[in-house]
Amino acid sequence: MASPSLLVAGGTVVDPANDVHAARDVLIEEGRIAAVAEPGTIAADGAESVDASGCLVLPGLIDMHVHLREPGYEYKETIETGAQAAAAGGFTAVACMANTDPVNDSAAVTASILDRAREVDLVRVYAIGAVTMGLRGARLAEIGEMRRAGIVAVSDDGQPIMDGELMRRALEYTAMFGIPVIAHEEDRAIAGGGVMNEGAMSLRLGLKGMPAAAETVMVARDIALAEQTGGRVHIAHVSAIGSVELIRAAKARGVPVTGEASPHHFTLTEAAVDGYNSNAKMNPPLRTAADVAAVRAGVRDGTLDVIATDHAPHHRDEKDVEFDAALNGIIGLETAVPLALRLIAEADIPIATLVRAMSTNPAKILGVPGGSVGVGDVADVSVVDPRRRWTVDPAKLRSKSRNTPFGGWEMTGQAVATIVGGRIVHRLDGKERRKKSA
Amino acid sequence: MTFTARHLLGLEGMSREEILYILDTATSFREISEREIKKVPTLRGKTVIGFFYEASTRTRMSFEIAAKRMSADFISLSAGGSSVSKGETLLDTARNLAAMRPDGIILRHPSAGAPHFLAQRVDCPIINAGDGAHEHPTQALLDLLTIREHRGTLDGLKIAIVGDILHSRVARSNLHALRALGAEVRLVGPPTLLPRELRAWAEVTHDLAEGVRDTDVVMTLRIQRERQGANFFPSLDEYARYFCLTQSALRGAKPGVLIMHPGPINRGIEIASDVADGPYSVIMEQVTNGVALRMAVLFLLINRSREADMPEIEAAPEPALHRKAG
Repeated sequence: MASPSLLVAGGTVVDPANDVHAARDVLIEEGRIAAVAEPGTIAADGAESVDASGCLVLPGLIDMHVHLREPGYEYKETIETGAQAAAAGGFTAVACMANTDPVNDSAAVTASILDRAREVDLVRVYAIGAVTMGLRGARLAEIGEMRRAGIVAVSDDGQPIMDGELMRRALEYTAMFGIPVIAHEEDRAIAGGGVMNEGAMSLRLGLKGMPAAAETVMVARDIALAEQTGGRVHIAHVSAIGSVELIRAAKARGVPVTGEASPHHFTLTEAAVDGYNSNAKMNPPLRTAADVAAVRAGVRDGTLDVIATDHAPHHRDEKDVEFDAALNGIIGLETAVPLALRLIAEADIPIATLVRAMSTNPAKILGVPGGSVGVGDVADVSVVDPRRRWTVDPAKLRSKSRNTPFGGWEMTGQAVATIVGGRIVHRLDGKERRKKSA
Repeated sequence: MTFTARHLLGLEGMSREEILYILDTATSFREISEREIKKVPTLRGKTVIGFFYEASTRTRMSFEIAAKRMSADFISLSAGGSSVSKGETLLDTARNLAAMRPDGIILRHPSAGAPHFLAQRVDCPIINAGDGAHEHPTQALLDLLTIREHRGTLDGLKIAIVGDILHSRVARSNLHALRALGAEVRLVGPPTLLPRELRAWAEVTHDLAEGVRDTDVVMTLRIQRERQGANFFPSLDEYARYFCLTQSALRGAKPGVLIMHPGPINRGIEIASDVADGPYSVIMEQVTNGVALRMAVLFLLINRSREADMPEIEAAPEPALHRKAG
């Protein structure tokens, strides 16, 4: 069924792919961008209108690193609740990691995830396949079969690939499909079972630390392997100053490496763990103020191409335990936009850079539609009110889980409308008024 | 002053006044254990649960004796013999215990922060009897009590702590409390067990002789045998060669240096027998003081109407050098 025409009017389009940062109305027809023009110049008889006055009109945000937990862990999140959280957070697309149960290491699991996503029919859901069977780090999964079923990348996220030779083969082999290997960088031996960053705070709290070197040595290895093989490696959730520096230097040499920053890693330090706050427990862990500054600098200069949430829902029972026993990870889809917007003032990062990191670059890295609001492009649009103030109430989030360290935070900026393929999948009540002329 | 804390979770952030108040209270309780009838009715009708997720001899017995000498009912529970072995969570077990309306729960747990976790969720005073590598506040307080009895004050004393600082909750609690009371702390051990970040808290050295030079007190820590397999040091023999507290290693210390150890001792590994049993060793006094100190902690945290009960206990006297019974 064809969607009705839609006029997103009165907003400021920030579309770095087309070098646009200006007041523009956007007309959507048949699921595509039909026109982008000066305010008030589009004649759109019969079009439904979205009032975007005071808002940013962005190419649909793409979160290339989420855990939707289905199949297998539906008590934490489902494709449906995850997609609802994504839409509410301003994301038009997400890419879900393979650490489900069963693991997404076969075409059958890939197909079932994508089928389920089609039934849910909210935001675009892309599947990331496992690099290795069962994420066990021993044998390559059938990456080609999964690619035919629709995967856009491979990753053993949650598990590092400790076998360097296997990582080398994965990088070589995936080059045939033009998809990246997304690397969770952690030398398990060096991490040594740590539960937070190793440093002054872990020492004080008596918690086992994992040193930053556990991450950086693996980043160094995988950069060397990418350089050797020409395969594309995408470094997930970069947390340490050394990793940012390695990626920056590698890019300068032309190594096919991209990097990713998670909002918590550019917002919080290990100080958030104080008081044994299990909602500040994640892997890689929150690190120091210097690391936060380095991650921000990485986003600023493009060393870290992407902002992705690593949305990792866990049930209350898995977090409301002693710190050592708590599972790693936090939810992030509904808090990413305001946390990213903070970087404009706090880290001198232009909005266009944020849009690249949250839309244009992930689209490019995964080879998926979107990332731009040009005529003819797929009509995935995020309308964000950058001044809207709200308080994070974990109980009111759409995600099935509540594990956020940002509960109670005063946020500025929120998605007010999320448009996928010309269809409004999220609209903030009371703010936006649906109005049909004709 | 009045002691208003509801829990004893750790000594980090505890003020000099609070620490001294606990020590003074403990000092006043010492003589109860010297009596013919070692019992006062102060905590009669109070119920104290000792919940031990880890093995413990000294701490557990010390708390139990302290509770009983105060006439509290003491019930002891270990993880192995409880529903923990059936998979019950710490929180659920603690909630069930709290539902039986005890007046305090003493918790020893292998995870740092476990007592803090419970204190936020269970309506009952929690006393930390050792949480992972974090704190062991009553051990440090009894160490302070012992030092103060001998030296009168902690102010300006030079104190070396030798051994596995990284994994030691005793060291952490002592560091906080000793610094609060004005002592100068030196940490001695191999770099693998002495993270660089410790330099923010204390002087750090890897040379035992240098570390104990001019010290008033040397505390040695138990070296856990399993650390050997984790390559923190090559062998216990080599560890002993560098860090075993021997007579000769102590040559540079002040005359009459106090030798302390929280136990259990590995003789010949972190401390030589002739030092552990020698004239300057106060290791057994630490154990004796542990009872008085824990009586004080139970009294201060559990006896909500303590002013009314005070007449049974003498007011805390001035810190005294070696108070003899009588």
